[in-house]
Amino acid sequence: MSKAVIHAIFDDEEPLMASAKSLHAQGVHIKDVFTPFPVHGLDAAIGVPRTRIAITAFIYGLTGASLATLMMWYMMISDWPTDIGGKPSFAYYMNMPAFIPITFESTVLCAAHGMVITYYLRCWMLPGVKAKNPDPRTTDDKFLMVIETKEENKGNIESMLKNGGATEIHHK
Amino acid sequence: MQHESEIREPLILGKKSYHEITEDIVRPIEGKASKYWYMLLTISIICFMWGIGCLAYTIGTGIGAWGSNNGVDWAFDITNFVWWIGIGHAGTLISAVLLLFRQKWRMAINRAAEAMTIFAVMCAAIFVLLHTGRPWLDYWLFPLPNQFGSLWVNFNSPLMWDVFAVSTYFSVSLVFWYTGLVPDFAMIRDRAAKPLAKKIYGIMSFGWGGSARHWHRFEEVSLVLAGLSTPLVFSVHSIVSTDFATAVVPGWHTTIFPPYFVAGAVFSGFAMVLTLLIIVRKIYSLENYITIKHIEYMNIVIIVTGSIVGVAYLTELFISWYSGVEYEQYAFLNRATGPYWWAYAAMMTCNVVSPQLFWFKKLRTNLTFTFIMSIIVNIGMWFERFVIIVPTLCRTFLPSTWNMYSPSFIDWGIYTGTIGMFFTFFLLFTRYFPVIAQAELKSIVKSSGQEHKEKHAHGHAHAAHH
Repeated sequence: MSKAVIHAIFDDEEPLMASAKSLHAQGVHIKDVFTPFPVHGLDAAIGVPRTRIAITAFIYGLTGASLATLMMWYMMISDWPTDIGGKPSFAYYMNMPAFIPITFESTVLCAAHGMVITYYLRCWMLPGVKAKNPDPRTTDDKFLMVIETKEENKGNIESMLKNGGATEIHHK
Repeated sequence: MQHESEIREPLILGKKSYHEITEDIVRPIEGKASKYWYMLLTISIICFMWGIGCLAYTIGTGIGAWGSNNGVDWAFDITNFVWWIGIGHAGTLISAVLLLFRQKWRMAINRAAEAMTIFAVMCAAIFVLLHTGRPWLDYWLFPLPNQFGSLWVNFNSPLMWDVFAVSTYFSVSLVFWYTGLVPDFAMIRDRAAKPLAKKIYGIMSFGWGGSARHWHRFEEVSLVLAGLSTPLVFSVHSIVSTDFATAVVPGWHTTIFPPYFVAGAVFSGFAMVLTLLIIVRKIYSLENYITIKHIEYMNIVIIVTGSIVGVAYLTELFISWYSGVEYEQYAFLNRATGPYWWAYAAMMTCNVVSPQLFWFKKLRTNLTFTFIMSIIVNIGMWFERFVIIVPTLCRTFLPSTWNMYSPSFIDWGIYTGTIGMFFTFFLLFTRYFPVIAQAELKSIVKSSGQEHKEKHAHGHAHAAHH
């Protein structure tokens, strides 16, 4: 049994959405869709699970807050406590109000950069990586659906795509 | 598909297909630059170079080259630092706060506004890095292990908070901006005809392809970054204001400073966005995307923030009288009637009186008037920072330390230089980067585009007939 890959191109997002929904409902595996802009609801329609990237941001944020706390405790309280302007550094909790701004900034710094680095690595987007879209027109105004299926289902899916409004169909 | 009321004015004028939007946005990048662009760039580079000269002179001879003196030890440096960093705040407000509020009109202006933020923070950084006196030792600002028995920086100091706030703000804004740019760079890459352009935009676009999975993550990342940037932008100017508010100087030691500084920052930033975009929409014929309605929305933000600033000025005056502290009372009396009364008068006129003219719809939808106003507001906001710093420091507790301040040639040179640098970078940005976030804009054509709205309204009328 050989596998077939179909690239279907749509001119607009409404027929694309409708086709994606009906194909997905019939159990056809839509591998990916390349669109020029985020089409809302398309990710759910083709069964993309919700990303956990926001959770990573939360963890990076906690890390940032902890690092800042540890750093300021070590430098101001433990390593070299100094009495600046009549405000001695006896204990962390006494100086804590003055440490809030930097704890906050460090939280944001680590959360934002950690999440963005994770995003680029997870999508494997780095300087010099080859363009991922199979057709250059998909960053302009075309929508491309990639379907992986068995050879014998090919004809059936193709006619469904054509009825759904696909303007071009290519085999890969 | 999201529905938007027909009563709301369209955000994209004319009949625009997705391809036409692409064409309109890449035209400045693929086409030849106009004569005006070269003229503006030449003027900006000359100012920039003059600034670099004055900057080099300052590094060579020390900050004695400035007009700052023993009493007035903060002057042009901190005035300009606060002015520039305030201008930067509008970019983050547009891209982050308006994203959280789902304001779609941000999509036509967020890219340029964020670019403005980044360049403005760079200008601000020049002043703080120089005013330390020995800029080659600026790495001492960071908590690095050192040979002085590991004497650490002082985390109780607002100046230290500033180091963390400004560097976090700059780097997070840069990353937010770039992440949004990646899909648009990919669009330019995919249609570039010249091999060098294809190569460069290929590297800058990180291999973006527009996969549904990637868009899904992209939107989540944008949302979380907006959620992080919103408190960040408020914290940055609040921290800048604590540089003053935690000092026991009459006129500075007030709790109103953080909100008052943030409102002022947004006020001046929106004015700068207007100055830039009124020129950009004209030179690059983007009138269909940056419409009069966009200008009006920004002018409304200017009325709101300008009024907050006005109320803050009056509150300060009232509280200084009500406090019964004679030093506090004198500080404000001196600002309004002392040797720098003209700066106070300029501040009051430009910031409190003039934005109220935007209550008239005719005026807030008039381009020439808005352009002039946008410059007046930024002059006013520059004077606000000058009034807070110079008149206060020239008349402190001891009359024997009272003296006057006037900026030196070098002070003016560095300030002009940062304006030149800002415009040089901004002009290069408009030439080589997509000035409008076209991918985002395409996603609202079917809900906020003029063609779609008219079709929809038509459909309703038909239904009513039958």
